[in-house]
Amino acid sequence: MNPSQDEKERIGVYVCHCGSNIAGVVDVEDVAVWAGDKLADEGVVVSRDYKFMCSSLGQEMIEQDIAEQGLTRVVVAACSPHLHEKTFRGACARAGLNPYLSELVSIREQVSWVHTDKQKATAKAKAMIAGGVERVIEQEALEPLKVPIHPATLVVGGGIAGIQAALEIAESGSLVYLVEREPSIGGHMAQFDKTFPTLDCAACILTPKMVDAGSHPNIELYTWSEVERVDGSVGNFTVTIKKKPRYVNEELCTGCGICVEKCTRNVIDGEFEAGLGYRKAIYTPFPQAVPKYPVLDTENCTYFEKGKCKACQLLCPTGAIDFEQTEQYITVTVGNIILATGFDLFDARRVPQYGYGRLKNVFTSLEFERLSNAAGPTNGEIVLRDGVTKPESVGIIHCVGSRDRNYNNYCSVICCMQSLKFAHLVKERTGATVYNFYIDMRTAYKDYDEFYQHVMEEGTIFVRGRVAEVTDAARRSGEEDKLIIQVEDTLAGRQRRIPVDMVVLSAGLEPRRDAKQVAHTFGISCSANGWFIEKHPKLDPIATMTEGVYIAGCVQGPKDIPSSVAQGAAAAARVISRINKGEIELEPIRATVDAHKCSGCRICNDLCPFNAIVWHEDEMVTEINHALCQGCGTCVAACPAGAISGTGFSNEQVMSQIEGLLMFEQPVDLLAMAV
Amino acid sequence: MSKYLFYPGCSLQRSARPYLDSLVAIKDDLDIELLEIDDWNCCGATEYISVARLPAYALNGRNLALAANQSNGTSTVVAPCSACYLNLAKTDRYMRIDPDLNASVNDALAAGGLHYDPGTVTVRHLLDIIYHQIGIEAIKRKVVRPLTGLRVAPYYGCMIVRPDYENRFGSPEYPDVLDQVLRALGATVVDFPVKTHCCGGHMTQISPPVAYELIRRLIYAADSYQADILATLCPMCQLNLDAYQDDMNKHFATDYSVPIVYFTQLMGLAFGHEPQELGLGKEMVDPRPALAKVGVAVEGMVSAETTSTKRHSQRRRKDDPSLPMPQPLIKEEDAS
Amino acid sequence: MTPIAPTKPRSFLEQVEAGTPGDSRLSMCIQCGTCGGSCPSAEDMDYSPRQIFAMIRADMKDRVLRSNSPWYCVSCYYCTIRCPQEVHITDIMYTLKHMAIEADLYRDSAAPDLSNTFVSYVENNGRSFEFGLATRHYLKHQPLNLVGAAAMGLEMFSKGRMDWRPEKIKQTKQLRAILKRAKAIEASQKMEAVA
Repeated sequence: MNPSQDEKERIGVYVCHCGSNIAGVVDVEDVAVWAGDKLADEGVVVSRDYKFMCSSLGQEMIEQDIAEQGLTRVVVAACSPHLHEKTFRGACARAGLNPYLSELVSIREQVSWVHTDKQKATAKAKAMIAGGVERVIEQEALEPLKVPIHPATLVVGGGIAGIQAALEIAESGSLVYLVEREPSIGGHMAQFDKTFPTLDCAACILTPKMVDAGSHPNIELYTWSEVERVDGSVGNFTVTIKKKPRYVNEELCTGCGICVEKCTRNVIDGEFEAGLGYRKAIYTPFPQAVPKYPVLDTENCTYFEKGKCKACQLLCPTGAIDFEQTEQYITVTVGNIILATGFDLFDARRVPQYGYGRLKNVFTSLEFERLSNAAGPTNGEIVLRDGVTKPESVGIIHCVGSRDRNYNNYCSVICCMQSLKFAHLVKERTGATVYNFYIDMRTAYKDYDEFYQHVMEEGTIFVRGRVAEVTDAARRSGEEDKLIIQVEDTLAGRQRRIPVDMVVLSAGLEPRRDAKQVAHTFGISCSANGWFIEKHPKLDPIATMTEGVYIAGCVQGPKDIPSSVAQGAAAAARVISRINKGEIELEPIRATVDAHKCSGCRICNDLCPFNAIVWHEDEMVTEINHALCQGCGTCVAACPAGAISGTGFSNEQVMSQIEGLLMFEQPVDLLAMAV
Repeated sequence: MSKYLFYPGCSLQRSARPYLDSLVAIKDDLDIELLEIDDWNCCGATEYISVARLPAYALNGRNLALAANQSNGTSTVVAPCSACYLNLAKTDRYMRIDPDLNASVNDALAAGGLHYDPGTVTVRHLLDIIYHQIGIEAIKRKVVRPLTGLRVAPYYGCMIVRPDYENRFGSPEYPDVLDQVLRALGATVVDFPVKTHCCGGHMTQISPPVAYELIRRLIYAADSYQADILATLCPMCQLNLDAYQDDMNKHFATDYSVPIVYFTQLMGLAFGHEPQELGLGKEMVDPRPALAKVGVAVEGMVSAETTSTKRHSQRRRKDDPSLPMPQPLIKEEDAS
Repeated sequence: MTPIAPTKPRSFLEQVEAGTPGDSRLSMCIQCGTCGGSCPSAEDMDYSPRQIFAMIRADMKDRVLRSNSPWYCVSCYYCTIRCPQEVHITDIMYTLKHMAIEADLYRDSAAPDLSNTFVSYVENNGRSFEFGLATRHYLKHQPLNLVGAAAMGLEMFSKGRMDWRPEKIKQTKQLRAILKRAKAIEASQKMEAVA
């Protein structure tokens, strides 16, 4: 504690007022004077307070003291390191001091913002600064890790967000691997007829992008494929892609469609047609599919079931049908990864009171998209489940499975606008009476409320009330053979029963069923709901806490097409800037295993959230991959042998900080305050 | 033989006597022993709690305390009445989650020398026991007189499926448990859309027109779904739909005649018991025409209809323009 | 020393929340109308449950306790299980009923009388008594329907589904002691809340 004069560090302490943010509760002048006096023995040679330490003048003050007073350590008592640690490290670096020899003590978030008693808060600030001073003495000079960036990029998910990201990067001249689970790219948007609020035909604006993505020289497309495994880290990921067998040789297939035509098996198409139409056992999901090659569905194929048929193989003019095909594994190296794996539709059968699956003429939003789509099972005729009758009245129910603590308590964002679009399409195509049942009308975006006004003008009837139930149990005349929507019209203050021919349920958006598993594969985290978590909800919505892994579109949370496209482009821009720079600097805060102390217990192995821990079976020791390690400290805390230490958080550093905190006598309740 | 503590409730003493009689008749078939809770008191129905909160919980607390003291190798209380079941289960639950209520109820019970620790006994409805503990297969094995051809509307009412804290009945909106039991008896179970709607509750006493409308909705639906008979599991539902059906008809100038029986009575019939033994014949709406159908079926005259088993086929006629229906939701626990 | 804030009289919302077991979640209502849409007797209520909740939050105590809505609740629990905000609606209706009895505000006494009559049989005998309940209730509130009701009652007697005399439990004294203590506790809790 009392090193001889010549080996003592020369420490500068700077106490920030942050306007009145800190100075309003902490007596900063007193703190600065106290530190200069009481901590002089610890090596403090300068102690100042200043209005805004983060301003240029504040930074220059530090730089000047380093140059003139020969400071070897710097302690700044200000806000949280999240905000300005970088700023003060920069000031040290400019003055020629290794930036990791500085320490930022948070006397705003941890003191002035959470306490009201000025005297006690000032005492706590002093203790924390003493801790910072003791700690900074133990700090070591570090160099940031530099990692080269491989110029290729993996994009997972070929919906509109993924397509946009892939095209942006490909256009900038870098290679993209675009992986899609379904037989074709296009995602949910390919299933839609019109898009709100402009009523553009979805296919007309999407298919040119699909064609571009399919034919771009810088895009390698893997459809009917999934990412099996990801190794490595930012700049240098090794990705294993599983290509499921199509049973169609892509080299030979011309996409002529004879196999599909000749296939004798009709199957309900639960994917592209949302269960509302049929496809063959060998099929392309829709005419504009990219790529054009069909896929054989072995579960429904007569040959795979009974060992005979082979109609497709016999009649294929190029001999492209290959029943022997097996899955292939392809390994690629990429520098960055963009996840755009989209959403699943809420399963409306989970709300039994709306009768979906039981009452014939209750449809989901996705079924309605197919129903109204000119390329859909009814060629765009809006008809009842019998396939012929046009409805004379239609009820559209908002918020199905959304804003409901029994299912998902979040707003699915797109349903209000989607429901308005449905109302318009029903009016336009059938002239039917249309009712929209809503809780709150959410049309907050450019031209959205105007669309609402337009739909009102068209004569859609809006009932403010969440529908209680849809039933076919008639009570009075006029209700027979109808679906009755029972609801409280909350603006009229009366319960109403409204008989209609057709009900459309605007089902909400949910994370993909396998979202948690996918998050684990890529080493990122999901919220409790299952949406992938962004690095910062406002300032960095497309990055994740894992370097080199980005997210775009609905995988991050429900959003509409323009927002998904914007996120796809934003993620691409970030990746392109990384590729252009060629390398990135990473924080040198990493965990290291002392192999001599490691007992091989493997307790730490499964705890690492970033898959950074490697187990060496032969030597029975654990090692940490520094490119993957994010310095979170989980393994450090877990190691029973104390064999793991974190750079910047060594035992010596943490123990000294605690000693500093306790160095001066404090009022008893202050200890309770120092969390 | 499984043993259960039994809470019959006031109605089963008189107005719902047939429910008790039929239960007693079939308990050997089901291989269960029912130990009546000694000196149980009324559960308070929906009335007591309207007047005072704490005494209403204390009222049920006494029953739970008596049950706990008497628990002899079993801690499950069976209640055949929906309101009794809910009141007892709710008291146990709220005492568990609300420590203040627990303290106050036990304070009151102490005045009678009693004490109850919430969670000591588990309160379950009779249907829950029959479905989950005895099981559909065991029921099928006991059937000697299948109810072939009898179209039965399964009626659950409110209080067993809602709030259903323990999720014993699968769905608060569209349960299937009673449907399965009745199907196991060989009956044709109609897909009854109002199976969990309200029978009118105490409105028969407070505002009869309101009750008549609620009764009409159920009877009208049973009639339009061509149900021969409606099976219930709650004394209040049976009383309202049976005893007030005539008044309802007068009120609306209609002439519905849908007999209302307890599901245990139908079980008894299928198990081969005589109608008198099961308390049949005490209904206000005559069930004999409906039951005659079973007699016919027993002689092998009518083949079973299959309206209740809607199977989804992927095969279709070439010119059939209709659109496919979604598949029923398979719940994860069912699938595993 | 921080000065002690002057005690504010509790709002009606706070009173209702305090009178309902567990967390009623009443303040979470988003006025969507699922309750009013689901309610089998909503057509006959003065105010739908949703409106009742808005009025509770607007502190309209008298108007709420005068309304027939809580009394027309049939305890079907549809609103409770469907409520997207998990408000304990049925329990709140019970709370409003005994608050209305206490405040003596509900104008049509049929429903409170039924409850009170029921309670008096239970308190005296430990069991409910359908015949007594029905006759006393019909005599007072629906004398014109008494003849029809009597005919139904007679048929019920003839079929052995009704008794002339109430059943009694053995330990009526014990039960009364418990209920008496419960009432005393509840009363003292209310006194504390007011103070």
